[in-house]
Amino acid sequence: MAILEVKNLSKNFGGLMANRDLDLEVEEGEIRGVIGPNGAGKTTFFNVISGVYKPSGGTIKFDGTLISNLSPDKIAGLGVVRTFQRVALFPNFTVLENVNIGRHLHARESLFGAVFGMSKQKEIENLEKSRQIVDFLGMTEHQDELASNLPYGLQRALNVAIALATEPRLLMLDEPVAGMNPTETAEMTRIIRLIRDEMGMTVMLVEHDMRTVMNLCDKITVIDFGEKLAEGLPQEIRANKDVIEAYLGAEDIVA
Amino acid sequence: MMRYLAALAVLVGFAIMPEVIGEYYVEIMILFMINLILASSFRLITTCGDWSLSHVVFMGVGAYATALLAKFLGWPFWGTVLLGGMASAVIGLAVVFPLLRTKGFGFFIGSFALGEFVRLIWVKFHFPFGGPRGMIGIPSIELSDIDFYEAIPYYYLVLLFTIACLAILYRIDLSRTGKVLKAIYADEDLSRCIGINVARYRAMAFSVSAFFAGIAGVLLAHRLGAIDPKNFDVNTMVYLVIWVVVGGVGSFWGPLIGVAVMMLVGEAARPLAEWRPLLFGGILIVFLTLLPGGLDSLMSKVREMLDKRTADGTEKI
Repeated sequence: MAILEVKNLSKNFGGLMANRDLDLEVEEGEIRGVIGPNGAGKTTFFNVISGVYKPSGGTIKFDGTLISNLSPDKIAGLGVVRTFQRVALFPNFTVLENVNIGRHLHARESLFGAVFGMSKQKEIENLEKSRQIVDFLGMTEHQDELASNLPYGLQRALNVAIALATEPRLLMLDEPVAGMNPTETAEMTRIIRLIRDEMGMTVMLVEHDMRTVMNLCDKITVIDFGEKLAEGLPQEIRANKDVIEAYLGAEDIVA
Repeated sequence: MMRYLAALAVLVGFAIMPEVIGEYYVEIMILFMINLILASSFRLITTCGDWSLSHVVFMGVGAYATALLAKFLGWPFWGTVLLGGMASAVIGLAVVFPLLRTKGFGFFIGSFALGEFVRLIWVKFHFPFGGPRGMIGIPSIELSDIDFYEAIPYYYLVLLFTIACLAILYRIDLSRTGKVLKAIYADEDLSRCIGINVARYRAMAFSVSAFFAGIAGVLLAHRLGAIDPKNFDVNTMVYLVIWVVVGGVGSFWGPLIGVAVMMLVGEAARPLAEWRPLLFGGILIVFLTLLPGGLDSLMSKVREMLDKRTADGTEKI
């Protein structure tokens, strides 16, 4: 059974149809790429699934549970966690503190417990898990640095680390390699593959870097003007006429 | 080690102070400590980015609650102080609920409006709140054989409460809950997407903060013996804002330093009489423009510079 089922999903901003009747099914353990030209509605799609926007129509089911009208924190609590296209982190916290805040869903500290230090054992476990995640992303030597002092590539990696700390079942990455140099891109690609292979998470990503998408994804969904244009294996997408047309323009095909 | 010694020195200093200073200054110190609780609890709300303009109203809720309970029902102090805090926390929750839809400036103005609403209830209802003239004849506290009408016993009672309240607020600040509040301030969208129920945490911070303001109000009411709605109006609130801006909210200690410094300035500026508000306004503007992080940020800047200097020194060797 598909872990994520999206049916007839629409999102309008006034007269603008950012997403129109989108259908999508992601299988557990898959790495799914979502691509499309600029302004195609990919990020809107992510925002709707993660609860940042309410859908105008249609349904989203995660693991059989209807999530289309839940708030982002509830959706995260069910195991769907997304990263942002921008650098999204807590600048005044250290790297380790950033990741440890990501353990929020596994903490459940009461106010009383906070004052009397009753959740100490749990916090030691959370910190240990946070260290493992920092280590997984190869940032151990930076763990005590302030997030705001990190170079761009590491800040992007930290974004992923914070999301991983929540232990999602479906991880949604919004342009994970945008702005990275080739070495950083290769490293991030390796990490995303490991997230699926070793942590067993399902991954869905929006990305413009075609090489990364073709390399990484089991299946690709192409969105154009808010609608699904094509879906299939990377080699199918690469050969799909509609897709080439959408990206390059019709004349190029004729020529 | 140094930190513990410093804390011990401060405690001993506070413990022996009434023996050293005159009665007038004991009264000032009582107000000072009540203001510490007020400013420190105010900081709790600011850590998640909410600047409330109703905080002293919650001090008033505690004050009115204890006055009513002690005067009309003859409740003992331990009961009224607990209920005063609780009343404040509950009304705080009711006030913050509609405000959770707002942020920043909207929250600031909205909290002012709702705070005024609560305050005007005291003005409009002569029974039981005494209307604009407020309540007089609030009984002084009696516990076993000690009469807390005298300044020195009252000083020690307030000292006890101040230590307890500040210790709890400090623990909250360092806890995961405190970090979550700061995370909400730093990036609300990200916080939401990693599972933080932002509204719940903001409401909790506001309510807990109101609880401690309420305790401060209880302590104030029994010292003054009489309270009126003017004690808790926007004028008082502006003083609280000045203390906290001067001290800075970056660390737990900022607001405490702010209260200490500004109360000293206030005492020193007594000869200025009616010109004092002008001085305070000037100080507020200077801090907002030249040192927005308050004295707290100045201290960390100095510490950074010293660290750098020692680091350079060792490198040369």
